[in-house]
Amino acid sequence: MHTNLYEKPATELCKLLANKEASSVEITRSFLERIQAVEERVRAFVTVTPDLAIEMAQEADRRIAAGNNGPLTGLPIAVKDNMCVKGRRVTCGSRILANFAPPYDATVVRLMREAGMVILGMANMDEFAMGSSTETSYWGPTRNPWNPEMTPGGSSGGPAAAVAAMEAPVALGSDTGGSIRLPAGFCGVTGIKPTYGAVSRYGLVAYASSLDQIGPIGRDARDMALILNLICSHDPMDSTSAPMEHPDFISVLDKPVKGMTIGLPSEFFSKLEDPDVDKVMSETRVVFKSMGISFIELSLPHLDYGIAAYYIIAPSEASSNLARFDGVKYGHRSAQFESMIDMYCRTRAEGFGPEVKRRIMLGTYALSSGYYDAYYLKAAKIRTLITNDFKNAFRTCDAILCPIAPTPPFKIGEKIDDPIQMYLTDVFTIPVNMAGLPGMAIPGGFSRNGLPVGIQLIAPHFQEARLVQLASAFQRETDHHLKSPVL
Amino acid sequence: MKKTESKITPEQVDYVAHLGRLHLAPEEKRKYQAQLDDILKYMDMLAEAPTDDVLPMAGPVELYTPFREDEVKPSLPLEEALANAPARVGTSFLVPKVIE
Amino acid sequence: MEYEPIIGLEVHAQLLTDSKAFCSCTTRFGAEPNMNTCPICQGMPGTLPVLNRKALEFTVKMALACHCRISEFSRFARKNYYYPDLPKNYQISQYELPVAEGGYVEIETEQGNRRIPLTRIHMEEDAGKLIHDENKPLSYVDLNRTGVPLIEIVSEPEIHSPQEAAEYLRALRSILVYLDICDGNMQEGSFRCDANVSVRPKGEQALGVKTEVKNMNSFRNVQRALEYEIDRQIEAVKAGERIVQETRLFDPSTGATAAMRSKEWAHDYRYFPDPDLLPLRVEPSLVERLRNELPELPFQKKARFVEQFGIPPYDAGVLTASRDLAAYFEQTVALFPQPKTVSNWIMTELMRMLKGEEEGIGSCLVSAEQLAGLLKSVDDGTISGKIAKTVFEEMYATGKDPAAIIKEKGLVQISDSGELAGLVKQVLDDNPQELKKLLAGKTGLKKFFVGQVMKTTKGKANPQLVNDILNDELKKRGFSE
Repeated sequence: MHTNLYEKPATELCKLLANKEASSVEITRSFLERIQAVEERVRAFVTVTPDLAIEMAQEADRRIAAGNNGPLTGLPIAVKDNMCVKGRRVTCGSRILANFAPPYDATVVRLMREAGMVILGMANMDEFAMGSSTETSYWGPTRNPWNPEMTPGGSSGGPAAAVAAMEAPVALGSDTGGSIRLPAGFCGVTGIKPTYGAVSRYGLVAYASSLDQIGPIGRDARDMALILNLICSHDPMDSTSAPMEHPDFISVLDKPVKGMTIGLPSEFFSKLEDPDVDKVMSETRVVFKSMGISFIELSLPHLDYGIAAYYIIAPSEASSNLARFDGVKYGHRSAQFESMIDMYCRTRAEGFGPEVKRRIMLGTYALSSGYYDAYYLKAAKIRTLITNDFKNAFRTCDAILCPIAPTPPFKIGEKIDDPIQMYLTDVFTIPVNMAGLPGMAIPGGFSRNGLPVGIQLIAPHFQEARLVQLASAFQRETDHHLKSPVL
Repeated sequence: MKKTESKITPEQVDYVAHLGRLHLAPEEKRKYQAQLDDILKYMDMLAEAPTDDVLPMAGPVELYTPFREDEVKPSLPLEEALANAPARVGTSFLVPKVIE
Repeated sequence: MEYEPIIGLEVHAQLLTDSKAFCSCTTRFGAEPNMNTCPICQGMPGTLPVLNRKALEFTVKMALACHCRISEFSRFARKNYYYPDLPKNYQISQYELPVAEGGYVEIETEQGNRRIPLTRIHMEEDAGKLIHDENKPLSYVDLNRTGVPLIEIVSEPEIHSPQEAAEYLRALRSILVYLDICDGNMQEGSFRCDANVSVRPKGEQALGVKTEVKNMNSFRNVQRALEYEIDRQIEAVKAGERIVQETRLFDPSTGATAAMRSKEWAHDYRYFPDPDLLPLRVEPSLVERLRNELPELPFQKKARFVEQFGIPPYDAGVLTASRDLAAYFEQTVALFPQPKTVSNWIMTELMRMLKGEEEGIGSCLVSAEQLAGLLKSVDDGTISGKIAKTVFEEMYATGKDPAAIIKEKGLVQISDSGELAGLVKQVLDDNPQELKKLLAGKTGLKKFFVGQVMKTTKGKANPQLVNDILNDELKKRGFSE
């Protein structure tokens, strides 16, 4: 049976390109056609950029012909709509940036250009990455490719859905409180949030600067290794970028995992009420055990404060980060106003959606005179407690296993009017960002309704290679990551 | 009794909206007051956290801020610097008159 | 009841780095608005700050010069407020943990020297500029200045008069200029000052309610604004009114301060640690290096000049007002060791010529060697003091050596007794009427004959020698006093 190019995994596409068995233009066209065929049902993209993609593909083909290519030259990729691509519209899922074209590349975009990758388009997201369902996008919700009534998770719902729907072989997402891992889990794909500082944030439109991190979404651990090799690097443009050499992530793919210890935090597992998630977690443990991995129960005693502390810190930083969207230098400006202050207030009222406004108000409140100590400062101290919990835990284990979300994908509209219920979706992912650790989402199985259920692995700082190694071993024993939705 | 008390007053909603430069319609104010009230009640648990003698953490990186050498690099070409401006006169951004 | 004012000053000084505090744009004033901007200083989404090493070094230098405690660990914080000249709508500043705390600046007062204690010195970034349209309800935003590094120097509220405030500012400015880290230009805003002012009954300890006074762009205006504000507060308190804590703008055209019109701009800065920058570490080794590089500061230099050169404190104050001028003085004295003569020449002839020169001594074509050469020529009698002034003007205009000018214009003093004796005889013979009157006892006419000799020699005759020869010659002709 003939297999379309877009169906092939990224590593195979790279091989075809290197062996000149398929050109980048052919591969790119295949994905652009796929996008055209299924996008109406998925809505993974805010902006598809066929002209840019073909131009980049032609350049990649020239480089391959000249022998001036690297391992990723010619491979297409979808980029979350919050990473700056010079001269292209980058909206962050918001009306306020609906017409913004940055005059600069994000560092990850520069790295992709230098590697000869092909940008297919800007993928949909919750507005300013604030959300867990990709419903808060100004451009409308992205659908879960496994069931269009369900959300793909968020905030990187577009990148995850694009990979699941084979509209892109790989994608870049960003993760502030679970925004790569949750949609990867909901869409049945693999995703990793690297250690804070591993990937440059320069050119990533900030939501919460001390929590944001860019990471790859793909089909499997191999895709993670490919992209991590490109994007994990020190960037002098980002003061929080780690000044270190990163390992070759491909070299760990086939390394044995026998003898490793995985920790199971009792606080996470005691919260599990959903039978589908519970079943997937049990099956996962059986698989890991069969690979010679042992388990240890451990405690992360301050985890219960995670969500509350996160929803102080992230909105506080966001209230400041998003102050720049004021209609003066770029972005939307209200057409009618009576004064400078009125222009600010109307511009921002028109430009931001309800969730963004809610978080700006919450963060402004938490930092305002008289409340700073009780909210921001308290949350910052809790962050220390959570970080220390993890540090203690990693004295006894190599990685931590837990669910990604308390439930399988939920319906579009189900939680959108109940902020706290929406916030609780991130209970398992938020602590990882608070501590700046690497966390990975791996397809773990399916619910009784046939929806993907992901599992999460967490490692100590800068040990993303260990996550790739464990995921690769897990994926040798399982086939969840090989399944794809019918569209 | 305390539980029924609102954590945030309509005046505080107005104050915060003004600080954040957000124009809110009356019904929005009511909605946000109720939602922020719920959220802040959930946040009450923060007070219970044992944080005596705990240092706050502003971010996960345990290093010191790096330096850049004092070298001038080219600025943006003017047309690129102003390309996204919603309103401009000459090479200045244009805003309503600021009256303090 | 008598009232006393309590003043605290917040000074912002622009640092003379080549590039901005957190991006690589030039700090030079751009000809066209927004010419010196980039995605970072325009606050475009996703851009990030990276600290300029020089900006930190300059800050530490100032802190050392003001005897502050340098914090090994400090932190940048965001000061959040909306203003169109602040593109991110927050300013990167320092709040809880500044680079330097404590310290003092020494000033001279009528009651003797005083140390004005400092609260802190911290780093921050400058905002851009707003130009208001005179006719239309519009303002224009220029972000060229955005991100230029600033230090804020905060004094304790321990300044007791407008005069003291002005003295303190002069002292601060001269330290900054000495360190070569700020050009100190108040008109152009590279050295700016806000004041916190309150009054209280004399002898009371508690501070009164303070107002913040802004928009004072010269030393004189600082003094005027403070005088006005103190009087206003005292009058108000005497009338039983309450002082309102507010920001007041000084209007140089009326000399009055007035409360800002709109309360809408009132601030709640919501400081929090900037997550885009890590904690700042000032390594002890850096502090030591900078301490060793510290030049002699104006206050020390002035004291040394009085001590070492025996010149009056006033002269020492004038000469040490600028580091370059002080160096010029010292170089000249090294070559011509008569400090008071050198000081007089610099303070009269040189400074008269320099008046109106922006760059001060830096633009002067006369080197210290040349000035010393000129003074030597006077000292050894080659030229007269009067001729020297003419020569100096020529030196100032052309940069030529004094010897060359003297030679070229034939200005060498005639000290040849034979030649002068001949000239004296000549003028006596040429003016028999006057000679007669002189010999008859009109001694005042001696000056006339000296003048005649000077006239014939175009001022080059050695006047002392002419005097002596004239007396001898008159004696020969029977004159006795």
